Amino acid sequence: MIHRAAIYVLWLREMKRFVRSKSRIIGALAFPLFFLAFLGLGFRRMVIPGLSEDINYISFLVPGILGMSLLFSSTFGGLSVLWDREFGFLKEIMVAPVSRVSIVLGRIAGGITTALIQGLFILAISFLIGFRLSSLLVLPLALIFMVLISVTFLGLGLIFASKMRDMQGFSIVMNFVIFPLFFLSGALYPLENFPVWLRVLSSIDPLTYGIDGLRGIMIGQSSYPVVFNLGIMVAFSLIMIFLGAYFFEKSESV
Amino acid sequence: MDAIKVENLTKNFDGVIAVDHISFSIPVGELFGLLGPNGAGKTTTINMLATLIKPTSGSGEVAGYDVKQDRDHVRRSIGVVFQEPALDTKLNGRENLEFHAMMYGMGREERRERIDEVLQLVELTEKEKVLVENYSGGMKRRLEIARGLIHKPQVLFLDEPTLGLDAQTRRHIWDYIKKLNKEGGVTIILTSHYMEEADFLCDRIGIMDNGKIVAMDSPEKLKNILGGDVVSIEIDGDTNDLKRDLDTRDWIKTMTQHENCLSLTLESGERRIPEIILAAQEKGVVVACVHLRKPSLEDVFLHYTGRTIREQEASQAEKNINFMHSRMGRRR
Repeated sequence: MIHRAAIYVLWLREMKRFVRSKSRIIGALAFPLFFLAFLGLGFRRMVIPGLSEDINYISFLVPGILGMSLLFSSTFGGLSVLWDREFGFLKEIMVAPVSRVSIVLGRIAGGITTALIQGLFILAISFLIGFRLSSLLVLPLALIFMVLISVTFLGLGLIFASKMRDMQGFSIVMNFVIFPLFFLSGALYPLENFPVWLRVLSSIDPLTYGIDGLRGIMIGQSSYPVVFNLGIMVAFSLIMIFLGAYFFEKSESV
Repeated sequence: MDAIKVENLTKNFDGVIAVDHISFSIPVGELFGLLGPNGAGKTTTINMLATLIKPTSGSGEVAGYDVKQDRDHVRRSIGVVFQEPALDTKLNGRENLEFHAMMYGMGREERRERIDEVLQLVELTEKEKVLVENYSGGMKRRLEIARGLIHKPQVLFLDEPTLGLDAQTRRHIWDYIKKLNKEGGVTIILTSHYMEEADFLCDRIGIMDNGKIVAMDSPEKLKNILGGDVVSIEIDGDTNDLKRDLDTRDWIKTMTQHENCLSLTLESGERRIPEIILAAQEKGVVVACVHLRKPSLEDVFLHYTGRTIREQEASQAEKNINFMHSRMGRRR
């Protein structure tokens, strides 16, 4: 049971909120841009083990920061159910005669769109500091990976939002879920430098494959084949979205 | 036909029984009130009937549909105005209504028409483009009532519709509610802990206390249970003759004297006052002052629960704090 009008209006609401909260946009962009600027410029001349010589650090970093931006904005997008609960609006959504699946799909549509807008913005900025794609034709392929990363972490955010009663657990999720996922993903350094036990951990982090896939497409260097990354990401996003929808459906809305 | 039928409805939150086997039915077109202190279980009852939380046991039917089995049909038949604001403050008034109308699957033309209509009804047409975060409490409330009406629900739930509003706005909202019910034919269930609100608005009232419905009837009949009005007269002179005389009149139910003040319980007190004064004059007693008091729902509540609603709330607040402590200890 899919209610298209409901999905559309939930998406539309997200767009309006996004456009109207300037501080949110600036906040969401500033963090990855600082990483990009300071790490990129600071380590520019460094020889990084595991990185082939014809690739400079900025090129290596941009797909990682793109993945980071998607990780943060999508997880927060999923967690925004908590804001709605806090401000009472969740009740208005839940009392409507609309299938819960449509509600989840509407949220995901909104979450993907805002995450992609932010991602593309970061990509545009990185062009300004010298980043170059091998060809513009790879952009659609990169977009597919960006969507898959976004869906995966929207699902994750939704799972947490359904399990938490209020905003109290927010910093726990931030410190013990989002940051580890980020650092384990190899966004900032080649994973080859990790000791084995850390490599095991990073091999269960979806973002690892997302970022590796983006690198393969955008700069032509990756640890795994791009098709392998694609398959893993499709599987992760389907599982996460299913679990997110399942827990959301189970949770009580007041 | 019944708009709502509830049998043995119960909600148990981790061992705390919020609603305890309540049963009642509400005929189509009635304006029904659930009256009781905070924590009596009114909101929980509404949330169960509105399909927001699942009953622990018992059954509920809204507009002929089961609240457990047939949630989508129930949702389609009802409008809900929640106790706490449930508006998106980053959207303007009209956008909030648009959102609602689209969630209810209304077409573009119908949406425009209905939204214009309800905005007019609550006199917010001029403020429709203002972001809701800039609305006053009363405006938000009115917008929410308007929103509850867009899709023409058969049954409208109003949870504490005038909580925290000033007297003038409250009066306004009362008028809307009455009009909706009498002219629109909408079955309305409201909860309140304002006695005068329930008394003024409702055809029938259920008094709730500690998760149970302790009494249910029209406000008049509930008040009559107390034996009618209290007429107090302040008198000078020898009262014994007068008291003997009044004793013979069987419309006086009780009589008590406190110093020089005589209190009589009787029905339709205002019609009996002349008779009482006449009797006093015949016995040579001077009546210095007459006071007539109609029993209020507050008295009814006192009668059924042994406490005033205010005392009840104080003790409930204490309970809530204890409850929260026990939850926090376990969960965090």
